[in-house]
Amino acid sequence: MEMPKANNIILQGKPEIVLRLLEILPADAVLHDPNDTRPYECDALAAYTCQPLAVVLPRTTEEVVAVLRFCHERAIPVVPRGSGTSLAGGSLPTADSVVLSVARMVDVLETDYPNRFIRVQTGRTNLSVTAAVEDDGFFYAPDPSSQLACAIAGNIAMNSGGAHCLKYGVTTNNLLGVTLVQMDGTIVNIGGPFMDAGGLDLLGIICGSEGQLGVVTEATLRILPKPEGARPVLIGFDANEVAGACVSDIIKAGILPVAIEFMDRPCILATENYAKAGYPDCEALLIVEVEGSAAEIDLQIALIKDIAMHHNPVEFRESKSDEENRKIWLGRKSAFGAMGNIADYICLDGTIPVSALPLVLRRIGELSKNYGLQVANVFHAGDGNMHPLILYNANKPGDLELCEALGNDILRMCVEVGGCLTGEHGVGVEKRDLMNVQFAPADLEAQLNVKDVFDPKWLLNAAKVFPLEASASRRAQ
Amino acid sequence: MQPQNEAELSLILATATEPLDIIGGGTRTLFDATESVKPLYTNGFSGVQLYEPGALTLVAGSGTLVEDVAALLTSEKQRLPFEVPDYAAVLGRKGHSTLGGVVATNASGPRRVQAGACRDSMIGVRFIDGAGNIVKNGGRVMKNVTGLDLVKLLAGSYGTLGVLTEVGFKLLPAPESSRTLHFVGFNAAEAVVAMAAGLGSPFEVTGAAYVPERGTFLRIEGFEVAVVYRAAALQKHLMRFGSSEILIDAEQVWRDIRDLTPFVGKKGDLWRLSVKPSDAPEITEKLAPLQLILDWGGGLLWALMPENTDLRTILGKLNGHATLFRGKGGGAPIFQPESMEVATLTRGLRAKFDPKNILNSGRMA
Repeated sequence: MEMPKANNIILQGKPEIVLRLLEILPADAVLHDPNDTRPYECDALAAYTCQPLAVVLPRTTEEVVAVLRFCHERAIPVVPRGSGTSLAGGSLPTADSVVLSVARMVDVLETDYPNRFIRVQTGRTNLSVTAAVEDDGFFYAPDPSSQLACAIAGNIAMNSGGAHCLKYGVTTNNLLGVTLVQMDGTIVNIGGPFMDAGGLDLLGIICGSEGQLGVVTEATLRILPKPEGARPVLIGFDANEVAGACVSDIIKAGILPVAIEFMDRPCILATENYAKAGYPDCEALLIVEVEGSAAEIDLQIALIKDIAMHHNPVEFRESKSDEENRKIWLGRKSAFGAMGNIADYICLDGTIPVSALPLVLRRIGELSKNYGLQVANVFHAGDGNMHPLILYNANKPGDLELCEALGNDILRMCVEVGGCLTGEHGVGVEKRDLMNVQFAPADLEAQLNVKDVFDPKWLLNAAKVFPLEASASRRAQ
Repeated sequence: MQPQNEAELSLILATATEPLDIIGGGTRTLFDATESVKPLYTNGFSGVQLYEPGALTLVAGSGTLVEDVAALLTSEKQRLPFEVPDYAAVLGRKGHSTLGGVVATNASGPRRVQAGACRDSMIGVRFIDGAGNIVKNGGRVMKNVTGLDLVKLLAGSYGTLGVLTEVGFKLLPAPESSRTLHFVGFNAAEAVVAMAAGLGSPFEVTGAAYVPERGTFLRIEGFEVAVVYRAAALQKHLMRFGSSEILIDAEQVWRDIRDLTPFVGKKGDLWRLSVKPSDAPEITEKLAPLQLILDWGGGLLWALMPENTDLRTILGKLNGHATLFRGKGGGAPIFQPESMEVATLTRGLRAKFDPKNILNSGRMA
């Protein structure tokens, strides 16, 4: 993965740039010593690191405006950052960039239950948004796996999803309004505590724009009443195809579970060794969670059981208690930790049409053999969002490159069968150079045009999302 | 002009020098046809390309009729989630609504409170921009964050950024059954509070509307066993607002609310306001409309005003936005004037997507 060469003039101007930043912000909000900026040299895509010029930690929208205005005047690249949990390298700095972290902007600004929204500063973590309203019976629906740590700013930038988005949608479906600061310091307020924003759907284009269009400092989020209850079932199968067919039959029967999670054999084995959740010894496993009152849950589970039995499951396990709920989810929620325990891994995020599941899993198995790297699959089966985990050894020269090559082959296949490169993690730098696989030049040009409008100088998180050659002429301006 | 494929449409747009009026079914445009503007029909882009009931996804040409899609989905007990409204009668138009028109106007019915708007169900588009470029964004899968989300940007853009040729949706299972709680005797303020209590309950209200002459309605949908339980639970939950009747068949009630039937044939300007639900009663009082519907728990306010009334001048500052849906409105612009910052972005985007200013030119301005 290549990044553009850092601008030497900016690198040499660091002392003066830091002085100016210290004039704009309180002293504790500017980090410039390499020892202090080191934590910001990468995000959760830790294979790539680069120390930034400086890191700023503003506390208010006004401070964000001041920093961006200064950087805009001086043509200094800015890399926005939430909590740094991006798996796609969305907040990877360049050496000549200022990292703008919203991590100190964590306030709840307004909570309104009759109108069902919460307004927050965007450095607030995903889970702490729910924490602010759950005692009153509400929750914020998008639930990425990193929800304990990830910030709303990053959720908006990546249009994050989660296990429960089959029913509740992803970030864009739960975002009502934003305060966006453009690169030149212009504050734009879009939407608010009403259901549509009027005019062009700018909220829709900002959500998922990966820090290309502006820095979102405040967000109005839809909150929902908590369901009466939820219960998962665990179903084991002796073939991936059968599990896939079962998912399709559940959906066709008119049941809309809140989550349908899929794990394949390598993943089951690894998590069993690690978390000892007591999963059955089988080829494929589904966790299906339904919601509602006790009676509704019983009804839905009875229907699911009926469908599952037609597919001769190895096991059908119903939860009878909160403790059993926890145990069913334990393995799934430990999957990433279990993999990390065995080896280094990269986590892919392609989406495929659900009907292509058996074919894709078979071909991943073949590719895995050819490359000599183990792949385990965790999968949001209801919506086709796959997370193949490719295991490798970071200390073995060439292994990362091999792993990335396998990852790229898998993602190309996702596109080939009618899917896409990323379902919820974003493009970042990780999938940047594959964008040509999914998009024709005119498709990319339309997206580049949107960035031109919001950030004409191409200073915000440039060199991400779009292949370098596609954005070269614009970045060189 | 009636292009039959993307190549033809691309050529038309690449070579066009005069403004074009993009027409799907012609049932929901808010603009009167002007003789000097050439119509461009999208009905050549008709037909379902892909329907996978097991994946809850549908991709179809923009000229495909909504009624044809509805029939196809019904055969598999599925539906478009957002309850497509039919505005032909209230706007005094004839014709058959197309998917492209629904998307271009982001038309969304009562179920929007629970299932989201048209744009929330959208997973892909193909369109031709004003310079003739053929562009795709999104696709046929439900979860996709690859690149900037032009799907949302095109939804509700009233044809000002491109001519849609193909649109993709995620679908929902059609419910087995439904119940509607019916309260009578509320004023707008009482109705909004009761609806908020219902929407804030765990019983999954999929419609909450107030029609002054008819009452306040809250809808529940799902499996028969579930709706029976939830309707009773909701009724109990809302007991403090008074007694309510549980309607088993309220399909006509919701169709009337969705299609704005109470306004059909009535004289006056019709305005559509998107507001914070709890603001709706005060706005209603200020406007004293001839006829009113509060949908989306109060978040969507339809007001019939005396002919040639500029509703925005009556309200002054509005936290939300107002659209002149029908009538002259005292010469008021159809869409809510935007803040300077938003207007700058809108202008910039339109200049990029429609450099010759030929696509529904003058609209959404």
